[in-house]
Amino acid sequence: MEAFTTHTGRAVPLRRSNVDTDQIIPAHWLKKVTRDGFEDGLFEAWRKDPEFVLNRPERKGASVLVAGPDFGTGSSREHAVWALQNYGFKAVISSRFADIFRGNSLKNGLLTVVLGQSVVDALWELTEADPTAEITVDLEKRQVLAPGITADFELDENARWRLLNGLDDISLTLQNEADIAAYEAGRPAFKPRTIDA
Amino acid sequence: MGRTLAEKVWDDHVVRRAEGEPDLLFIDLHLLHEVTSPQAFDGLRKNGRQVRRLDLTIATEDHNTPTIDIDKPIADPVSRVQLETLRKNCAEFGVRLHPLGDVEQGVVHVVGPQLGLTQPGTTVVCGDSHTSTHGAFGALAFGIGTSQVEHVLATQTLPMARPKTMAITVEGELPDGVTAKDLILAIIARIGTGGGQGYVLEYRGSAIEKLSMEARMTICNMSIEAGARAGMIAPDRTTFDYLQGRDHAPQGADWDAAVEYWKTLRTDDDAVFDAEVFIDAAELAPFVTWGTNPGQGAPLSANVPDPASYEDASERLAAEKALEYMGLTAGQPLRDINVDTVFVGSCTNGRIEDLRNAAAILDGRKVADGVRMLVVPGSVRVALQAVEEGLDKVFKEAGAEWRHAGCSMCLGMNPDQLAPGERSASTSNRNFEGRQGKGGRTHLVSPQVAAATAVLGHLASPADLSETPAPAGV
Repeated sequence: MEAFTTHTGRAVPLRRSNVDTDQIIPAHWLKKVTRDGFEDGLFEAWRKDPEFVLNRPERKGASVLVAGPDFGTGSSREHAVWALQNYGFKAVISSRFADIFRGNSLKNGLLTVVLGQSVVDALWELTEADPTAEITVDLEKRQVLAPGITADFELDENARWRLLNGLDDISLTLQNEADIAAYEAGRPAFKPRTIDA
Repeated sequence: MGRTLAEKVWDDHVVRRAEGEPDLLFIDLHLLHEVTSPQAFDGLRKNGRQVRRLDLTIATEDHNTPTIDIDKPIADPVSRVQLETLRKNCAEFGVRLHPLGDVEQGVVHVVGPQLGLTQPGTTVVCGDSHTSTHGAFGALAFGIGTSQVEHVLATQTLPMARPKTMAITVEGELPDGVTAKDLILAIIARIGTGGGQGYVLEYRGSAIEKLSMEARMTICNMSIEAGARAGMIAPDRTTFDYLQGRDHAPQGADWDAAVEYWKTLRTDDDAVFDAEVFIDAAELAPFVTWGTNPGQGAPLSANVPDPASYEDASERLAAEKALEYMGLTAGQPLRDINVDTVFVGSCTNGRIEDLRNAAAILDGRKVADGVRMLVVPGSVRVALQAVEEGLDKVFKEAGAEWRHAGCSMCLGMNPDQLAPGERSASTSNRNFEGRQGKGGRTHLVSPQVAAATAVLGHLASPADLSETPAPAGV
């Protein structure tokens, strides 16, 4: 996983709640068997509207998405995270993320930042009024900075450590091989098996 | 202090617990399908890793599979590549696979339970959010992303933060014609699409205890639509009876040992939930969605709500956008909404009882002119059972299309899709914009409401049909 320490970039204000993962990347894109090439599928239906915020010329190159509450609901598709990253987003800010989407984002180095809705409102107003305004997401300080706005955010220490160092979860888990083997040895015989081992 | 059901199952699977770290949980059953696994297998290959526990892993094909002409090559080359990729990966790594055409093929969440693999007190994961279905057995079942699929393939474990617990207690009798689907839609409308975030929900109370296993699966299936990590129901005699004799259910002394353990899987009387919701079953009615998320629902007898009635600004905006997308007007009676398509199927309502319920209403009646009705069994086994009972004939005689097993019109990944602007009454789980096909409009309903809607051509409950009874002798 790519490490995340701090990022500064322009924003896309997305004034929508309940942005489900079917909107982020529609199902027909999920037939791909790679982790890249999803950028054109990002918000595909909404991008048909030339006035959709992502289509505005002043948003070109923006890398911080500021979204309404309950971002990433629905399907567990990790393709939603890949689509956001393939497009160029480094961080997403919302007052509330769906659990699976959040887990997926943190496993890929896309930082999902939870801030109160009043701060999200302030970021929307700022970046709508001034599309050149930059937002800094500082994971080391756990802080979001923008002109006139400073907001601390929470992220559990373990997730933060893994992101800052770009650590691979599987390698970390495999260091606990002895614990896994011990657990396996103690499992009851009645537990289901898909094949005879 | 006592523990909740979720806490008991969680504690029984902790491989490693350390201060400041997520718990490392052992996974008893890993279900795979073609959509969320290819990149995970690639990751294994890249790192020279194997599947740690082939005996706890099983795969099937469901999302991309067509439901007609299944004996012909799959027309969509991209879908075909994805299915072939799963077949190659399963062959290379040694994973048990039930491909299209196999008698055990079907929607992954229908297949696991019917094989008896889903058991009380197990941890079940799948790269699919509707894995919550398996919680109906008192299993702790999570939908996961592809990185986690790779993690489970490689280690048979997952690091996970301990969730909070929420009790959803439903007491009393469900009125006639009110189903598990109506109940879960009403629960989601009540707590919202984010109401369950961070929680494992436990459905309990007398109304839940009376439900069949299949109805319980419908409830737990949609826990994710309330944002929950998982949904669970304590195992009881209904659960044990459903499991006994299934292919992978324990046998002999193992069965006795299993039941003894399963009986301990109940929330202790002195356990404390982090949140509680109470629902009076008697107040429920057939429920349908009007909007573009599963929380935007109302009783069928209600009218399309006025966005101006929402105090919360973001809910108001969401309702405005939903009505615009759905082509509906505030104040319009829900019963006046005409549909083009009716879909019965999916991991929510594609099991045999669902088909029986829909068939009972269609028996001797006809699907309305201009309405297309698709009936898609959740698995090949469900299809065979339905044929044995003659349900396929009932559907065909009514004018519905009887299809092969798969996810079908639940999501726009296979040929079964809505055209832009088309409107459906669907027994599936998501009414998101474009979920059933670009520009398609979805109303989530129970199988009974779906069948009545097919007959009348507008959103309706079976009670609306009482004016036109089925001809005698049919």
